[in-house]
Amino acid sequence: MNSAEPIETGSRPRRIEAAKVWRLARDFGPLVALVLLVILGWALNPNFTSWTNLSNVLTRSAFIGIISVGATFVIVSGEIDLSVGAMAAFIASLMIIVVNSVAETTGNLPLAVTAGLGAGLVIGLLTGLANGLLVTRGKIDSFIVTLGTMGIFRSLVIFVCNGGTLTLNSDVREAFRPIYYNAWLNVPIPVWILATVTVAGAIVLAKTRFGRYCRAVGSNSEVAFYSAIRVDRIRLVAFVVQGFCVSLATVLYVPRLGSASYGTALGGELEAITAVVVGGTALRGGYGRVWGSIAGALILSLIGNILNLTSIISVYLNGAVQGLIILGAALLQRGSRKR
Amino acid sequence: MNPRLKLLVTCVSLGLTSFAGSGAVAQEKIKIGVSIPSADHGWTGGVDFFAQEAKKRLEAAYKNLEVVVVTATGASDQANTLEDLVATQKIKALVILPYESAPLTDPVRQVKSKGVYITVVDRALTDSTIQDLYVAGDNPGMGKIAAKYFVDKLGGKGDIVVLRGLPTVIDNQRFDAFVEGIKGSQIKLLDAKYANWNRDDGFKVMQDFLTRFPHIDAVWAQDDDIAIGVLDALKQAHREKEMWVVGGGGMKQAVKRVLDKDTATPVDIIYSPSMIGLAIEVTAVHLVSGLPTNGHYIVDSPLITPENASQYYFPNSPY
Repeated sequence: MNSAEPIETGSRPRRIEAAKVWRLARDFGPLVALVLLVILGWALNPNFTSWTNLSNVLTRSAFIGIISVGATFVIVSGEIDLSVGAMAAFIASLMIIVVNSVAETTGNLPLAVTAGLGAGLVIGLLTGLANGLLVTRGKIDSFIVTLGTMGIFRSLVIFVCNGGTLTLNSDVREAFRPIYYNAWLNVPIPVWILATVTVAGAIVLAKTRFGRYCRAVGSNSEVAFYSAIRVDRIRLVAFVVQGFCVSLATVLYVPRLGSASYGTALGGELEAITAVVVGGTALRGGYGRVWGSIAGALILSLIGNILNLTSIISVYLNGAVQGLIILGAALLQRGSRKR
Repeated sequence: MNPRLKLLVTCVSLGLTSFAGSGAVAQEKIKIGVSIPSADHGWTGGVDFFAQEAKKRLEAAYKNLEVVVVTATGASDQANTLEDLVATQKIKALVILPYESAPLTDPVRQVKSKGVYITVVDRALTDSTIQDLYVAGDNPGMGKIAAKYFVDKLGGKGDIVVLRGLPTVIDNQRFDAFVEGIKGSQIKLLDAKYANWNRDDGFKVMQDFLTRFPHIDAVWAQDDDIAIGVLDALKQAHREKEMWVVGGGGMKQAVKRVLDKDTATPVDIIYSPSMIGLAIEVTAVHLVSGLPTNGHYIVDSPLITPENASQYYFPNSPY
């Protein structure tokens, strides 16, 4: 058994039954917050629970949700990635350039879309790898590395957009749209992708050796090192996973409005980190759960949605309401992790 | 003296003289400093574009003129660039589009105290005695013209929603004038929410408005970026035939839609970033010719209709 597993001694199981139930309730804090928000939304506006609205919210959560799955791995292994928002904008703008130019030169729309998707995934993996190498080989703190790459990606976006907005040509736009707008079994495609990424991420983090090693490295990298874990390798892979998740999220972002600009995913890194932490992952690493991050991402989207569906609260106070709900959700899951 | 050291000293002094020489030549040129926000959304991207265009045009037209364009990422950054423009570039005139009015009032006052001609663009300083020339669009006018169009087109009756920009003076001026303009009619303003002058938020806010209100006759997005997001939300919900959308700014895609007689975008209202070009040109005229140019230049916010859209369509602009 690996030392990184949360310590469940197994002895004296009967006597701590009540405490266990209480702990279970706290463990599911983000879900409790989510349910409370849904009830609130339903009470404020009956349209809230319509399938159209719920699928809108789920679909728009896919972007930050998928990024936050990657962020969970990075944060659990004791690192932080501040570059994800800028990285998404960078990937989006390069993707648009690739799609437009392939469509113009060959006139083959499916080929253009495929090339764009491929380019997006490759760039995502490479940018994640760059962050990871700077952290592991460069021996620079990930906060500084990703702060630097954040600035680089963001200003490269302004550069390639020529200070304006890059837009997909209208004919490719139509070929690209289905990725965001189509549905299978009445569930939009982005929601399917979000669900797949969540399940895969949750299994990898909780059940595989890589997931355990991530937790071990984030919990205590010295101990992990002396336990013959290749600490740098684990961190590097965590950053690559993050890059992959960002590119996947961007693949869903581009077809929605078909454009990228300086403002694309601005502040996305903070939203992703908030989702992860509200979901119960420890910001200092060593402990985390993917489903929590998704719950966190849904909470963030729901707040905005509910505020738009009502006019009880002055729009000037939107930020305050968001802050309060985030703090409330964090309080609900406080103490779920005994340290 | 050590021969090597001597050589070094000679080199350095030679270098210094040639440097001073080039400085003297450069000083003969009249310099205009242009301080603008960096391209953080579509409209400011347009500002940067039109500033660069004006620079090219003026430097080609007047050989003794140099236009130095610097961008800033925030109010305090802009104050720093002003200090640099005065200290190292020795500018004769400053054209500034302030990030925010209040924090930049004093830094601009200091530039003025060095004898620099001051042109303020778009956002007024809190002390209007500092500026020599003020060039701006008409924000209240934009709201007023939009309101008049809504009242006329809806026949004085209907349900509308508004998507606002960011909580700033500009947004308040537009919104207040709009609300004032529809007063007295039977137009019902269902709700107004911030969409932060970007497409993504325009899309989300409109999706939620569509969920909330089964009947909407028209949407005032007051910005073309927001309007693009709104139109995609309408298309997704298959409700683009039910209502029409009015943006603002004069973005090329929006003007193109008007030009193409798109029923969902019947008109647009100009609030063109090209006003920065006008400001630089007028400032240059003052420096080169000495003609008195002081005063207020308020560029109208005209309604763009399919009939006049072609004169506001700039396909090369990034905006």
